[in-house]
Order: sequence, then structure tokens, then C-alpha cells
Amino acid sequence: MIYLVDGFLWLVALALGAIAASRGRQVLRDSVKEGAVDCLRLIPRIMLGVIGSGYIAALLPHEVVGRWLGADSGVMGLCIAVLGGAVTPGGPVIGFSIAAAALKGGAGTPQVIAYTVAWALFAFQRMFLWEIPVMPQRLVWLRVIASLPLPFLAAAGAMLIGKP
Amino acid sequence: MSEPRHQQQVRLPPEAPLKRRPRTAFDWSSATVAVVVVVSAAVVYWRDGQAKFLEILVSDFHLFIDILPKVLAACLIASFVAVLMPRAAVQRWVGAESGVLGILIATLAGVICPGGPITIFPVAAAFVAIGADVGAAIAFITSWTLLGYSRILVWELPFFGGEFVFWRTVVSIPLPIVAGLLTRFVIVRYLRGSGGP
Repeated sequence: MIYLVDGFLWLVALALGAIAASRGRQVLRDSVKEGAVDCLRLIPRIMLGVIGSGYIAALLPHEVVGRWLGADSGVMGLCIAVLGGAVTPGGPVIGFSIAAAALKGGAGTPQVIAYTVAWALFAFQRMFLWEIPVMPQRLVWLRVIASLPLPFLAAAGAMLIGKP
Repeated sequence: MSEPRHQQQVRLPPEAPLKRRPRTAFDWSSATVAVVVVVSAAVVYWRDGQAKFLEILVSDFHLFIDILPKVLAACLIASFVAVLMPRAAVQRWVGAESGVLGILIATLAGVICPGGPITIFPVAAAFVAIGADVGAAIAFITSWTLLGYSRILVWELPFFGGEFVFWRTVVSIPLPIVAGLLTRFVIVRYLRGSGGP
């Protein structure tokens, strides 16, 4: 599955490259160069993000997370879930693995949903490494403000429909 | 697009930033993370021993190698988008005047675009630089983050199983639209007159 996604990503890049080439060799050369230079500049951050997040995750107290996010932890539990999601390091796996462990450890599903949504939206480490350096500052903080209610809305939605 | 740069800037909506930020290899925000990482790694080494330290290093290094081609593809897409996307179309469909439809289009784009959270920010910044509305860009990022199919299928499903993921996704469907509208509200209510010309 992951190769399929990779392949699709490259297919899009190649298709755009072909269009750029049809506009002229200079257009293609300039944009490839700019993209490649951007990627090179991002490499230190990727190393920090991916390799570093493993160490941060190793220090997180996995077993207590389930207790904090218990089904009867209410609004307080939701707030802890959102904060916990934000301090969980980014990267594709860590938030999901902690959330899955919390679910098995007796956490309430709305709390776990709030945690995964908050982690996906706000993981501090991802924001510091990716968002702040590559996006205009105004866009970053507007996004944070506009996203603040979302984990709570997701949890409320899950409570409302009574699933999963 | 061969028109001079200053003309392009004049046509951008007021809340769009006029220039892409210069990207440097290192900066204060990365340095903060670096300090946290070094301290965490030292604690792991001291608490769990060398074997655990190396185990984490090796497994995360594999992940790093996995991610590299994705990042390169995303950077290339972002730079192609910046050059190729017709500005008039971007401004019309997801620009400042695009209304709720623009936010819906951005949300849909977030769902179908490939890649993960690491690849979205350069692409979103490129769209804003060529005239997309900030609210639409944020709906796009939120949608890619919460509803993007690749993350759900590749990463989330194996951990949680179908039912949890299905309902997590269902309750998340309105969220990008909420974020986009909220962004516009904040801009109109609090930022008009302070940031725009």
C-alpha cells in the first residue's frame, strides 16, 4: 500500500514535470532545481524529526496515558488528550501507536479521537520542524487558532453519534 | 508566467503573503527540537542502555530513508505548482472571493492529494503564494491531515482496525470546513485593516 502512495506521488510529480517541460526546458530546469534545493535544505529537519522522534517517544509514559484518558475522564480528559497530542512527537507512527495502546488500556474513544486529531493537527515538534520554516508565519498561527476547537468537536461528534 | 514579479504581487489578495519565506537549513525552531532530541537521546542511553539506543536509531533510520523520496517528490510538486498553476484559476476557485465553495474544493483536494503531513506544507505555501485564500489553504491542510486517504490506509488502519478509523473519519469530515470558515472569520473580524493594504 505504501508503495502505491509513493508511486502516485511520483506520478503527480512526473506529470507536472512533463507539463513544465512542454513550456520550455528552462522552466523545467529552474523548477527541478528549486524543488531539489528545497528538499536538500529540509534533510536536516527530516533527520531530526524522524530519528529524534523515536527517542522522545521512548520517554513518553505509555502506560499512564490510558489511565489519564479513561472513559469517565470527561472534559478534563479531553483537555489532557489535546495537550498530550500536541507534545507527542510527529512522524507517521508514534501518535497512532500510543493512541492504540491507550485504547487497549481502557481509554474512552472520544478522548482517543481527540488525542489523535490533536496530534495530527498540532504535534509541536512537527510544527517547529516543518510548518514554521516552510510556511509564512501568518498562515501557521492562523491555522493553529482555527484548529484549536477541532479535537473537541471531533470528540463531541463521536459522543453524539455514540460510535465507535 | 512571464510577467514581471511586481505585477503578480499587486494582484494577490491582501491576506496572502507576498513572498515565499527563504528556507535555510537550520533555524531557531529546528534548534529547539534538536536540543529536545539530544536530551531525550541522552536520557534513553543512560536509562535503557546502548542496545535500546541503537535499536531506536536503526529503526528510525530506515524510516528516514523511506521518507526521503516522498519529500523530494513533494518539493518538486510544490515548485511545479508555483510555476504552472494558472493564477487566475487558483484565485477564482480557491481565492479570497471563492466563498464556501472554495473551502469545499480545498477540502476535497486535501482528501485526494497523495502524501502525508510532511509533504503538505510546501504545497500549501505554494498555493497561497500564487493567490489562494488563507482559509482555503487551511481547509486544505486540515483535510489532508485528518482525511487524507494515504495516511488513513497506510498508518492508521493497521493500528486501530476498521470500525474506529471509519468513525474517526466520519466525525472529522466537517472539521476542515470549520477550520477554513473560522480562519476567514478571524481574518475579517480581527485582521482586516491591520495586515491588508
